[in-house]
Amino acid sequence: MCRLALKTADTPFSPYEVLTAMEAMQEGYDGSGLGLLLRGIQFEDFNYKGDLPIFSGIAHNESALQRLNAYMEERGYELKYDHEFTITPGMIEAQDREKYIIRVYREPVHVDKSVEATEQRNMNIRLDLRKNGEDHGGDLTVFSFWPEVVMIKEVGWPLQVGDALGLHDGRIKARVVMAQGRQNTNYGINLYACHPFFIQGISTMTNGENTAFIPIKEWLSGKQIPGYLGYQSDSEVFTHILHYVVKKLKLPLEAYKHVITPLKTEELDAHPQGEFLKGLRAVCRRLIIDGPNAVIGTLPDETCMLTMDHKKLRPATVGGKPGVWAMASEICGVDAMIPDRDRSLDFQPMREHTVIIPPDRKEMVIWSQFDQFILPQAA
Amino acid sequence: MVSVRSIYTTPSSLTYHDLPWIIKHREDRCTLCGHCTSVCPVQAIYLTYRRQRMPKLDILKKKRGNEYRTFVGIRQKTNIENKCIGCGMCSMVCPNEAIGPEPNSNENRSLFHMHQKGDAWKRGGRRNLPGRTILDKIIFNRISMLTDPALDAGRHEFNTNTILGRILAPEEFLRRKAAGEWIPPTREIFPFIIGSMSFGALSPNMWLGLLQGVAYCNEVLSIPVVMATGEGGVPPWVLKSPFLKYIILQIASGYFGWDEIIRAIPEMQCDPAAIEIKYGQGAKPGDGGLLMWFKVSKLIARLRGVPEGVDLPSPPVHQTLYSIEESVMKMIQTMSMAFGFRVPVYPKISGSTSAKAVLNNLVRNPYASALLIDGVDGGTGAAYNVSMDATGHPIASNLRECYLDLVAQGRQNEIPLFAAGGIGKNGNVTQNGLALIMLGASGVHIGKYIMQATSGCLGNEMGRCNVCNLGLCPKGITSQNEKLFRRLDPDDVAQRVVDTFMGIRTEMKKIMAPLGRSQSLPIGMSDALGIDDAAAAERLKIKYVC
Repeated sequence: MCRLALKTADTPFSPYEVLTAMEAMQEGYDGSGLGLLLRGIQFEDFNYKGDLPIFSGIAHNESALQRLNAYMEERGYELKYDHEFTITPGMIEAQDREKYIIRVYREPVHVDKSVEATEQRNMNIRLDLRKNGEDHGGDLTVFSFWPEVVMIKEVGWPLQVGDALGLHDGRIKARVVMAQGRQNTNYGINLYACHPFFIQGISTMTNGENTAFIPIKEWLSGKQIPGYLGYQSDSEVFTHILHYVVKKLKLPLEAYKHVITPLKTEELDAHPQGEFLKGLRAVCRRLIIDGPNAVIGTLPDETCMLTMDHKKLRPATVGGKPGVWAMASEICGVDAMIPDRDRSLDFQPMREHTVIIPPDRKEMVIWSQFDQFILPQAA
Repeated sequence: MVSVRSIYTTPSSLTYHDLPWIIKHREDRCTLCGHCTSVCPVQAIYLTYRRQRMPKLDILKKKRGNEYRTFVGIRQKTNIENKCIGCGMCSMVCPNEAIGPEPNSNENRSLFHMHQKGDAWKRGGRRNLPGRTILDKIIFNRISMLTDPALDAGRHEFNTNTILGRILAPEEFLRRKAAGEWIPPTREIFPFIIGSMSFGALSPNMWLGLLQGVAYCNEVLSIPVVMATGEGGVPPWVLKSPFLKYIILQIASGYFGWDEIIRAIPEMQCDPAAIEIKYGQGAKPGDGGLLMWFKVSKLIARLRGVPEGVDLPSPPVHQTLYSIEESVMKMIQTMSMAFGFRVPVYPKISGSTSAKAVLNNLVRNPYASALLIDGVDGGTGAAYNVSMDATGHPIASNLRECYLDLVAQGRQNEIPLFAAGGIGKNGNVTQNGLALIMLGASGVHIGKYIMQATSGCLGNEMGRCNVCNLGLCPKGITSQNEKLFRRLDPDDVAQRVVDTFMGIRTEMKKIMAPLGRSQSLPIGMSDALGIDDAAAAERLKIKYVC
């Protein structure tokens, strides 16, 4: 089963800290891949300003790199910073890795700078380039193109991948790091199948299997929303559902839980927002997940969240202290990330809970589905 | 002795070896009690005196002579109206196991003589095609193993219910909620629905038994089973009872019974579960309903507002001035309005290659709340044999096509599809039903299976019984003759309804648990299906397995 670890802290830290935590959770795990998402970025060699988009991906040959350059130049994007990893050769299993790309771009001046237009543009560039790579035999892999976000995905044992890319050198740091150690599942190892998944600043990672994958995938694909594609992994739908709830339906984060694991009718009958929630359950019925899963996610404002499927067969833990918090699929992962915390305050969410660490990181909010939440006028 | 040439034969003269069922009667065990002859619904057998010549030759006295023995026995009639229907009631009542019908393994010559008195062969039942159906062949093979173990069917909590009713796109739902606009009504129901069988087709005892069983399932067991009426109204006491909420009222092209229903609206304690507008039926597509005069008793005549003892054929289509599309739209809107837009209204059509066109029409009709497609294997109380056997469309591919059409539009959650026609034909009701659900149905309607499972209907797809149309049902299920229907105890039927639905619920869990599904009905979970028929796999877009 996949291993999940997330750490969020006021002070940027090295992603390598999270990779070492993955080691603590290695028991019963085959380590077939690593996915990393870094948010709130600090480069050692570059004074990064949070509004510039960062490209994350892999060029598998020289021609892919040239096509990327040409594409960005054509659209007037100016390369501000190109991160060079200190790579130790021979430690990465895969052979066709011409360059791990982490690049900061400056947007052309003439483009529409409104939030919505920028979000749309950034996603379109990611999707264009992804398609470009797919059209050329998969020689360009694109993970994200978004401000404050860096993503790295590679096949192999997580710590070894970190060593190979020299992540311990402290040249990249972040305030939020999500890491998933991949267990080889029946969907095959494919870099796009590796968590965390990303769309318009929203990211989630999951362990376990989503047995309702096909009906959910079919529904999301049918919505014809740009970016709802891929689905090399059954867990990618969790990210898109979160995106759909927050961005498309413009509902608060709490509604996510009501969409993926709605309460039963008799429970909703007694719920203060029961009537609205019954309606929401019906209209989003195809998005009900059937785990077992722990879902860990982050939003563009650095909010972190953890929630479970209804069966709660994959318990995850959250712990920490004001200013620094950790979430992991195994409790020993939390221990490894924040050893000096009050362990008695650790929390394992039950089926109705969503644990939210707000951007100020002062406390963890344990929100229950049975509680009322603030809805826009709708309810 | 008469010469062979002078024996009177007609073109329709048959011997008992030409009939589909041959009565085997053991004279040595028969007590001549007469139970069999009196119970036989078609008077196929009769008690008769026979004479047997005993040739006698006394050699010593050089004298020849005959003696005659007389005996009493059961004989089989060979005319078409009285041919044995194989129901087996004679063996059920025989105290000595002396009698019973056996299928004729050679040929059934009576088939050539079924058209009688200027009319074509009519019967009840369904397509006479025995054997495994496509649905029987589908297996559930995406089993959760190792990393995500299967669930415990006995201990886990399962949500096995479905939704009947129009569901909005989430964006539209939120917009309407915010604006305080109308949200289409929905019902949370059990996905196995008792299909439309009219009060008229069924006997009062059968109807009462079903309703009692359904009420028990809802109120005691929390299995929200609903039952659909056929055309022809409902007794006023039911319309005004709190049980109406478990009933889907049907309106069909004859509009029988609707005066009573509309008049009862002000006195209804609750809304009905839904309104079904019948445009077609799987067993007899393009044919209207038919209640033959035998069954139009005083009670039925009163419910339907017609004279007693007349044939009640409904027209094949709804009467309309313009197009059928317009009629569909108007009827759905009118029925919605009659019940204050609080009751889902949906059409039922025969399985057809044109089903997709109907569906696309409904998708654009904001009041249409579902679509029920009834496949070629659906049953009926009365229809022409040729309609039943040769017209229609199998449900599996019809349903799947419609579902995938909705998927392509991203609207599979908006118009729930319900499937009917041959579910449980060979007894595998849960397996058949869940196979259709995973192919995309939101639920299934079962009629014939319910009659077989809850009240002992004797009909099968090898021509057994099938006299529902004549009101002669030997079990009293489809008869308005009190002498027949008093054989059926409503309490026993109710008990069987409960047993049946409890069994289905458990079997659903036993199928869903290994697939790792418990949180929602696995509608469209086609990755869980496999079939050992490559052509069917390709057509249904599921995996071929062998």
